[in-house]
Amino acid sequence: MKYEMQPTLPPPASMVGVIGWMRKHLFNGPINSVATIVVGYFLISFLVPTIQWIFIDADWVGDSRDACTSGGACWVFINNRLDQFLYGFYPEAEHWRVQTAFILLIGSIIWLVMPQTPKKGLVAALLLVVYPVVAFFLLYGDIFGLETVETHLWGGLSLTLVLAVVGIVASLPLGILLALGRQSEMPIVKSVCVIFIEIWRGVPLITVLFMASVMLPLFFPEGMSFDKLLRALIGITLFQSAYMAEVIRGGLQAIPKGQYEAADALGLGYWQKMILIIMPQALKLMIPGIVNTFIALFKDTSLVLIIGLFDVLAIGQAANQDPKWIGYSTESYLFVALLFWVFCFSMSRYSQQLERQLHTGH
Amino acid sequence: MSSDISNSGHNPEGGPAKPKAPPQNKPKFWNDPKKRSLLFQVLLLSALGFVFYSIIDNTLTNLEQRGITTGFDFLTEEAGFGIAMSLVPYTEASSYGMTFIVGLMNTILIALMGIFAATILGFLLGVARLSDNWLISKASTIYIETFRNIPLLLQIFFWYYAVLRTLPHPRQSMEFFGTFLNNRGFIVPAPVAEDGFGLVLFGFFVALIGSWLISRWSKKRQELTGQQFPVFWVSLGLIVGIPLVLFMLSGMPLGLDHPELKGFNFKGGITVIPELIALWFALSIYTAAFIAETVRAGILAVSHGQTEAATALGMSKAKTLRFIVIPQALRVVIPPLTSQYLNLTKNSSLATAIGYPDLVNVFAGTTLNQTGQAIEVIAMTMAVYLTLSLLTSTFMNWYNSRIQLTER
Repeated sequence: MKYEMQPTLPPPASMVGVIGWMRKHLFNGPINSVATIVVGYFLISFLVPTIQWIFIDADWVGDSRDACTSGGACWVFINNRLDQFLYGFYPEAEHWRVQTAFILLIGSIIWLVMPQTPKKGLVAALLLVVYPVVAFFLLYGDIFGLETVETHLWGGLSLTLVLAVVGIVASLPLGILLALGRQSEMPIVKSVCVIFIEIWRGVPLITVLFMASVMLPLFFPEGMSFDKLLRALIGITLFQSAYMAEVIRGGLQAIPKGQYEAADALGLGYWQKMILIIMPQALKLMIPGIVNTFIALFKDTSLVLIIGLFDVLAIGQAANQDPKWIGYSTESYLFVALLFWVFCFSMSRYSQQLERQLHTGH
Repeated sequence: MSSDISNSGHNPEGGPAKPKAPPQNKPKFWNDPKKRSLLFQVLLLSALGFVFYSIIDNTLTNLEQRGITTGFDFLTEEAGFGIAMSLVPYTEASSYGMTFIVGLMNTILIALMGIFAATILGFLLGVARLSDNWLISKASTIYIETFRNIPLLLQIFFWYYAVLRTLPHPRQSMEFFGTFLNNRGFIVPAPVAEDGFGLVLFGFFVALIGSWLISRWSKKRQELTGQQFPVFWVSLGLIVGIPLVLFMLSGMPLGLDHPELKGFNFKGGITVIPELIALWFALSIYTAAFIAETVRAGILAVSHGQTEAATALGMSKAKTLRFIVIPQALRVVIPPLTSQYLNLTKNSSLATAIGYPDLVNVFAGTTLNQTGQAIEVIAMTMAVYLTLSLLTSTFMNWYNSRIQLTER
């Protein structure tokens, strides 16, 4: 007798391929099958008309609402007002300045996000320190013969970005100081920082903005007036720095005590210890948290419409009131939602990826 | 060994003739950490004092120039404006102090409604995202990723302006089972308590207290004897049964005030204003996405070994969930959940953008504009939210210390 190894039989057809996948992931058991069918039915009956409305039946080009005849979404409305959505009331001849500022920002962010680009530290420092100044003069003008563009003309997506970027850049150093102060051994410094952080974290941003627009003028001597945008920025920065401080405190606490002690043993002073030893390690841990705070701030910038600034959502609101385009508010909300979503979603993906990268260290 | 020591070039353990250390200088006072920190704190205090002094001084001067008297006297003055929705009796003749109460009640109402809906929706979505059914978990993921990346204010506007305000006028209201939906809101029949309804309420509270006592007794008995008692079913029976029996016995003392179309609007019934509905939808949908992530993280935090150990002990899947997974997941879920509740409450202040009469809209809005008492009004508003957040964090600390793993 000769024993021969039989070739392995292929798995049954119902266990592999599309059918196998569906049996495993959609129809494993009676309850799951019913759930799949019910959920699938609702999804299809909701998604199909929505997609049809957004893409298939929609009107894309035209000059007025007469172009919207097919019964779907009227993207003509958005198309006609795209400039306003992006630049607000910024004079059209000067749009290149906003574009330059935006390209500089995106360029340096891409530089920082891409792996294997050299001199990341330098670019980050430039972005945090030099860029705000450059961008301010680009946008505001009044230098090198650039025409002055008053801040009440700023608006749309560019204003949203200005608010978010200034909010984050200004609140970072303040947040670092507050976090260090909260960990300090000096009782007065510590309690001042704790009170500051807890007060700002305890109140909603709206009341902070109200305070900035109603009370701030009262705090300063007569005749000293603040720009509305500047007032909002002060409010946002103070508010944001409290949240930033808590993120940074989390990072500082994650550094093992041995690092602090080793720095002390080497005879480093407090600031040397912090700048050379603790911060470089802690900042790396904090990046996901900082990105998350930034996402929250980015969404919160839409609140400035309540104190009368024209961010991208406020532009959408104003467009909805236009008698020539009444009845297309869904389109404008969807468009603004898409803008916010693209920014926030990509940032959250980036922070998740970073978290995974940093997790493999130990 | 000892020979090694003499060979080493440096011997810290004291050679025979060590040169005497130079007389120790007293360190300069700015190099003494104690004195330096004292100096630093004094500087900080005086800087802060100066800032506050100049702010207060400027504010007083500015207020004087505008002819505004400081103080809380304005709270007793007559408000003279109407509020669209009020849980307590309020007329235009009520005081500014009343506007504070009305706004506060409305804020609490929307916060409770939002917390209730967001918790249920969030738990469902969080569990659904972990489901082994591909379709359900993907649908839940898409929901979460969509709604938490869109600003809440935009969602509120969408529900209010694009959905609820485009509903038909009252005359063409949509009707479902005696309730009406139109662009003035959602109108439902109002329950009217008649004589004897107090007895039903009394029975309800008695049942609540009774079931609390029963659960205490059964827990004690289980610890002593190991016998279990069906607390849940008995309590449910008590809480539903006692009021129901009393309700029947006292001759069903509850009438319904049905809404009727009179002229251009409805009379009678309870009108839920569209601002409340829009805010409630947006807050619940937005916060549910965050709660879902919290719940998911909590369930994932229970290590797989726990489930396996429970299976090895022969526990059924339902029992494993109830006695092993959920109690341990809750330990992780509850602290972030409370801070989500706090966020929801703070976010409810966005009501002012669509005109729902919450604290910020009524008090920090209309009252502030009418009286000009910016400092007092903003301070009172902030104090409310601060108190809420301090209470929340106190609760969180108490809870954390209660449920912390006790290691033996």
